[in-house]
Amino acid sequence: MILVPCPNCGPRNSSDLRNTGEVVPRPDAATASLSEWRSYLYLRDNPAGWVTETWYCRSGCRTYFTIERNTATNEVRGLERT
Amino acid sequence: MSPRRIPSRPGELIDRSTTVSFTWNGRAFTGHQGDTIASALAAAGVEIFSRSMKYHRRRGIFSANHWDPNLSVQVGDEPNVRAGSRRLLEGMQVSAQNVWPSLRFDLGTANQLVGRFLSAGFYYKTFMRPQFLWHSLYQRILRKFAPGGRIHWNTSTHGAYDKRYAHPDVLIAGGGPAGMAAALSAAEAGATVMLVEQEPELGGHLRWGANDDLEVLADLRSAVEASPGIEVLVDSTVSGRYDHNWIAINQRSHPLAPERLIKARAGSLVVAPGLIERPYVFAGNDTPGVMLAGAVRRLTNLWAVRPGDRAVVLTASSEGDSAVADLESAGVEIVEVLDARSGADIVKVDGRGRVRKVHLGDGRTLAADLVVTATGWTAPTSLLNMAGDRPVYDPVAARYFPHALPDNVLATGGITGDGSIAELLAHGRETGELAAARALRIRHDVLTTTARSTSPKGPRPETVPDDRIPLRRVPHPECYRSSTHGLVDFSEDISSKDLMQAASEGFDSIELMKRYTTVTMGPSQGKLETVNAASVLAEARQVDMADVGTTVWRPPFSPISLGALAGRIFEPVRRSALQDWHEANGAVNLLAGQWVRPDRYGDPMAEALNVRNNVGLIDVTPLGKLDLRGPDVPKLLELVYVNRWQKLKVGRVRYGAMVGEDGVVSDDGVTGRLAKDHYLMTTTSSGAGAVWEMLEDWLQTYRSDWEVHVTPVTGGLTSINVAGPRSRDLLERLVGGVDLSADAFPYFSVRTGTVAGVADCIIWRIGFTGELSYELHVPSGHALHVWESLLATGSDLGAAPFGVEAQRILRLEKGHYIVGQDTDGLSKAPTAGLAGLVKLDKEDTVGLPELRAAFDRTDLPVLVGLQPDDPTVVPEEACQIVAGDSNEILGRVTSSRMSPTLGRSICLAQVDPKLAAAGTSVTVKLVDGSRITATVQEHHAHLDPEGERQRV
Repeated sequence: MILVPCPNCGPRNSSDLRNTGEVVPRPDAATASLSEWRSYLYLRDNPAGWVTETWYCRSGCRTYFTIERNTATNEVRGLERT
Repeated sequence: MSPRRIPSRPGELIDRSTTVSFTWNGRAFTGHQGDTIASALAAAGVEIFSRSMKYHRRRGIFSANHWDPNLSVQVGDEPNVRAGSRRLLEGMQVSAQNVWPSLRFDLGTANQLVGRFLSAGFYYKTFMRPQFLWHSLYQRILRKFAPGGRIHWNTSTHGAYDKRYAHPDVLIAGGGPAGMAAALSAAEAGATVMLVEQEPELGGHLRWGANDDLEVLADLRSAVEASPGIEVLVDSTVSGRYDHNWIAINQRSHPLAPERLIKARAGSLVVAPGLIERPYVFAGNDTPGVMLAGAVRRLTNLWAVRPGDRAVVLTASSEGDSAVADLESAGVEIVEVLDARSGADIVKVDGRGRVRKVHLGDGRTLAADLVVTATGWTAPTSLLNMAGDRPVYDPVAARYFPHALPDNVLATGGITGDGSIAELLAHGRETGELAAARALRIRHDVLTTTARSTSPKGPRPETVPDDRIPLRRVPHPECYRSSTHGLVDFSEDISSKDLMQAASEGFDSIELMKRYTTVTMGPSQGKLETVNAASVLAEARQVDMADVGTTVWRPPFSPISLGALAGRIFEPVRRSALQDWHEANGAVNLLAGQWVRPDRYGDPMAEALNVRNNVGLIDVTPLGKLDLRGPDVPKLLELVYVNRWQKLKVGRVRYGAMVGEDGVVSDDGVTGRLAKDHYLMTTTSSGAGAVWEMLEDWLQTYRSDWEVHVTPVTGGLTSINVAGPRSRDLLERLVGGVDLSADAFPYFSVRTGTVAGVADCIIWRIGFTGELSYELHVPSGHALHVWESLLATGSDLGAAPFGVEAQRILRLEKGHYIVGQDTDGLSKAPTAGLAGLVKLDKEDTVGLPELRAAFDRTDLPVLVGLQPDDPTVVPEEACQIVAGDSNEILGRVTSSRMSPTLGRSICLAQVDPKLAAAGTSVTVKLVDGSRITATVQEHHAHLDPEGERQRV
């Protein structure tokens, strides 16, 4: 189980948090075409390497924050509160 | 009684002043405190401990420790106990496993006669075809072959297993000399240390060493004991290492729990497991009386047991030389010492129940009852592999060594090289210092880099360079296999011949060979077998050991019981403030998500009718409740609900449905405006957490400029629904400060007032049951008073509680759908009948493009009211709606009940749009396969579709 650094609570077991996935910009719902919308819904880069993702500190401070994580090594960097 | 017990030894673990009684296969035996099961039996002259897995060959002591493949026994109702390390306890009932009818006379030995049919891949080849025999025949046959003890499903006496979480700076796997030295120096450097040893006492190989070893051990033990920074866990195994040094430890030495799984997050991990002796492969190498040098050293020095009378020793290392000395001092006649370093060899051993004759490489034959081999070491690099290392084979030292480790994992002791005790201790100490330095840096970073961190105590620890002097590598001959074939895997009964055959059949990669033959997959988990298997494959392929590689060691380091893995479950159950009352008044409970709540108090049909005729009370506290405050709440509601919210007036409530960004219906509920900037949102009971997290996501991530504050008040407010034609009469007696008349307090309104003297109760008029009803949200501290007052005051009105089952009947009569029951993970808004609610012309709403697309479609299933033509038949929920006599699925029943009000069966169903028109006759296939017809209704509601009853 990896450690995820919450900006408020410090490093916590990933089971204390929820991974809400890669950060994907949300298209304008009023104007987006269906295919643009579905790319936002379902298509992810899923690289074996660095990815920017959002975590939710569900058992702690209830903050959503983003980190950069290397999916191949689970190295974490770039902590930033959203 | 103990014909093989020898006079006192300086390092013996047994307390000769004690007597421990136990039974072995029903016969009474005694041993001493400190004995293992195996040592007590061996002292009494027992030579056969088990039968082998496939061929049921007699097996005796082989390694006399945790890894001994021949010493799995049943103790009471506990199977697969390792008799080589499990300490003897008074009254133990020990028996042999995998034998029938008895250990002495086992019919399974017949398998030896057909051995050639049980060779590599036998199961795969034999039990493949015909497939129809799999269930009826093959499964039953194979079950008979399954080795291992018996579990007793209903009679466990083991008590509760447990879990623990720990956060040591330094965790040391292995309590031998290097591990103990590392623990001491790490603790001196200021680290908190957890020292984990698999055997029941610290010391590693010092325990069975000579007098000077024992002196060093005594000093180390007292130093460890005196160090407050070291927590010692003996009889505990580090079973796995995962990302970011998440480490699993199986503790068998807890005073209460039979086993405890410790989940530790360590700053740094020091791997110091020592070395494991490698068996030698030759014909008859599993005959009782063939032992590893370590086994005879442990038997003689730890338990004062003479392992045989006449010994032949094959040695390639100092361990074998020491074994010779130990055997001599124990009064064993040394028939011959064969030095493998100068080419001496054993070819074959004869004997069935015990070694009789030994055939040597030079052609001679010797009579002996004990054959001791010391032909090499296996480095148990499991934890290093789990940390990403790929150990490298060194042909000079004839074993594997660590290669490249991450910063937070260090290795010390025999796994890294050879040396005197002093050299091992020095390396351990340096490793402990380094581990502490790295861990203390991590601890400092953890404490100083968070937003709320306190000011650090002192500066960040310096980076300490790794300038440890590596241990030497003593040259060792590569002794793997003699000129004959023998067993490689003792647990799985796999010989070098089987492996050669597998290689010749094409399974010549080590990973493939492992899976094909199951070599290394038994209880020893490859600790004895892996390197020999690789060497046989190297021989078969005629390549170097280094080119064969090894299988990847994965967790667990040693098998772990399912009880320990299951352990204690940390899952709180939520109870409303009224749950005690419910249980005292005959409620039959229901587990709904995290909540326990009354399903019924008596007959749910009667409870439902009482709501239709009089007035009923239900505790609906699990309804998710979110207190929303701030000027931008309407914007938030517009965003997360499919309908409009901007114009909701103070004092009004509105129904809303939510969809996900994918357009699938996700939740629904009622939200009321209590004041200008103050709303109360309710969600489904199961969706409370998810809706809250979703709102927070929007407010934190995408709309952080909105001024909204969300507070969950689900447990803080106890919710009571008062439903039925007499509900107003009842509330008029108890409510203060609110005009309850129909004109002053119309349907879908909210007021705040006093109920039974309790101020600040939120009251809203809604109608899930289809009756005139009021939902009270009462501060939970006063909820019981309000509930009891309602029942007492309303006794003449027929006020009575009703449970979830009655509520389900009532809502189905009224045709209200339940998200997740009548909708599923694919149900879009049109399916749920939300066409009138959804506003597609909003600027933004969750899932808007999918909502638009859904309403363009004509093929989505439609939720309809459905009534079986035979009113007495209630189709079970999830029965399928099919096309006539075929099995073409056209829908399914999502809810069904017998309606006490209508006296007939009623359903909600999702159907194909071509069946959705009112009056359509459909076929429902029942659970028993029979078919009935049912008719689609005009409305979801089976009762009062116009809503006359609830608007009074």
